[in-house]
Amino acid sequence: MTNLLQFLITGILVGGVYALIALGLVLIYKSSRVFNFAQGDLVMLGGFVTWTLLAQFGLPLWASLPVALVLAWMVGLLVERLALRPLIGQPILAAVMVTLALSYFFKGFTILLWSAYRRVFPELVPTAPVKLGEIVLSQHLLWTFVVSVLAFGLLTIFFWRTKTGLLMRAAAEDHQVAQSMGISVKGVFALTWSIAAMVATLGGLLLGSINGVDPTLGAIGLKAFPAVLVGGLESIPGAMIGGLTVGIVEGLAAGLIDPSLGEIAPFLVLLLILLFKPEGLFGLKRIERV
Amino acid sequence: MLPSGTYNISYSQDMAIVRTRLQWAVLVAFLVALFALPRFASGHVLSILNGIGIMLIAVHGLNILTGYTGQISLGQAAFMAVGAYTSALLTARLHLPFWLALLGAGVSAGAVGLVFGLPSVRIKGFYLAMATLAAQFIIPWMFIHVRADITGGVSGMVVPPASLGGIVFKSQESMYFLVMGVAVAMTFFAKNLVRTRTGRAFVAIRDNDIAAEAMGINLFTYKLLAFFICSFYAGVAGSLWAHWMRAINPDHFTLMDSIWYVGMVIVGGMGSTLGAILGTTFLRLLSELVMTVSPQIGRLFPFLAANILAALGPMLFGLVIILFLIFEPRGLAHRWEVFKASYRLHPFAH
Repeated sequence: MTNLLQFLITGILVGGVYALIALGLVLIYKSSRVFNFAQGDLVMLGGFVTWTLLAQFGLPLWASLPVALVLAWMVGLLVERLALRPLIGQPILAAVMVTLALSYFFKGFTILLWSAYRRVFPELVPTAPVKLGEIVLSQHLLWTFVVSVLAFGLLTIFFWRTKTGLLMRAAAEDHQVAQSMGISVKGVFALTWSIAAMVATLGGLLLGSINGVDPTLGAIGLKAFPAVLVGGLESIPGAMIGGLTVGIVEGLAAGLIDPSLGEIAPFLVLLLILLFKPEGLFGLKRIERV
Repeated sequence: MLPSGTYNISYSQDMAIVRTRLQWAVLVAFLVALFALPRFASGHVLSILNGIGIMLIAVHGLNILTGYTGQISLGQAAFMAVGAYTSALLTARLHLPFWLALLGAGVSAGAVGLVFGLPSVRIKGFYLAMATLAAQFIIPWMFIHVRADITGGVSGMVVPPASLGGIVFKSQESMYFLVMGVAVAMTFFAKNLVRTRTGRAFVAIRDNDIAAEAMGINLFTYKLLAFFICSFYAGVAGSLWAHWMRAINPDHFTLMDSIWYVGMVIVGGMGSTLGAILGTTFLRLLSELVMTVSPQIGRLFPFLAANILAALGPMLFGLVIILFLIFEPRGLAHRWEVFKASYRLHPFAH
């Protein structure tokens, strides 16, 4: 019983990070109907940038995080302007391939600048685990979860309470209608990419502080894909719930059945979802009839 | 556009792939050159060409699925793994003849492809990319963890050399004849498949699936058929790969490879058999170029030397794909068509 609870809670905490990455995916998909396969690589890039600021330049966290976020914002703008905007209106394969190609590009770029070995972050949070009764929790995971949830909450408020958020929701609803109401849809695309890159950088900092960063960190994005599909590609709360679900499934499968099963359990869930409820739990169902 | 002086006066002429004497001569010369090459080329060149030949088979399959039927697959390398393992198991453990293992590899990969193609009946676009992505993770995992006693788990298996009618294909040179023989046959089949009723149904599904269904094309059957053919090609390629490398393990068939294959289809030009050949050759030679050029760049910029080899490949690949998508989404095959047309029209503009 304790074991079960332990796996469950660890799963939820890990799921928080997946949710944060999934949020970036949902933002981009909602506004531009592009599924960003490079989100994991943005996480990796953000992790390396924050590592450089923290460990190489020795800046404190309160200074390096804003700098990293500004850099991420610029990366997001550049990517949207140079790679995505010329492909608006192209077939879906182009949109899939361009983000996959970006993922390759980022990987190569990171290796070029930082080389392929693992970099460990300076200690940001005490490493001693916290005990809750018989359940042992890593403080890192706990902090990561708290920060993820906070970021999620802030972005939700941004979307529902600010004018920019309203513009973004309008553009996500219908490009043509939004455009005819005087909203710059391209501007919204650029904004979503930069927000997604910033969210990814935050994810990179959180994940990096747990295990350090290396170029394989990009694979974390792959874990977030099932999370997005479980929650539904268009739903922001869905990203949170999907992320937690995937974290829990992974934790339980690895803990209770077979440690190696944890790696692919999210993808088994993904296949089942695709077969039986492709739009996910909260996504929009598109009906096409002959 | 036809060369001037060429007219269609019968249906068979209208359908012919090779139309003029010159085209016949070029085709025969190409085939002769292809099979005479081992007399002149070094082992290194032959090994590159063998790699191209095997990848070409996988890319042909993917081109039928993606280029002609419009279904996205990010799992081609995983289906290759199924073929490679089937072939390895059949020859190494059951001691079956190679030709049977080659066929078996195609059929078993095709069957697995059908399973992962099933979601395509309900979903398309990104969702389908996801389903095939799942294949890319689940299949290698199964080779490592399920029955590791027969597949060898992470360390993989040793594969006996291929043999056909007493000839054992052990050297790069002998393997070259086998690979090119199969590649030419598979190219011929791919080229002709897309000119049949089935091929036209694929194209109809790609262009508009709802309209295709309204015209009486059974989406379920044809989408699954496309997945089967695609994975069959992957299986054959995997089998050749296993007998070429003579050792396999799941690390040989990664998501990166799958993405490379899609990249080859795009660079070559989707929905073109010639495009598959051009794209595969172009990208494979590009990565060969990276191998030779990286040390020189490293010497010029010593501070980059340590990472350039690992970094340049992915960066260049990503860049090439993005540039092609933006500036020439119809690929090299389209460029070639444009060149041919202007050559035939010369000196007139239209």
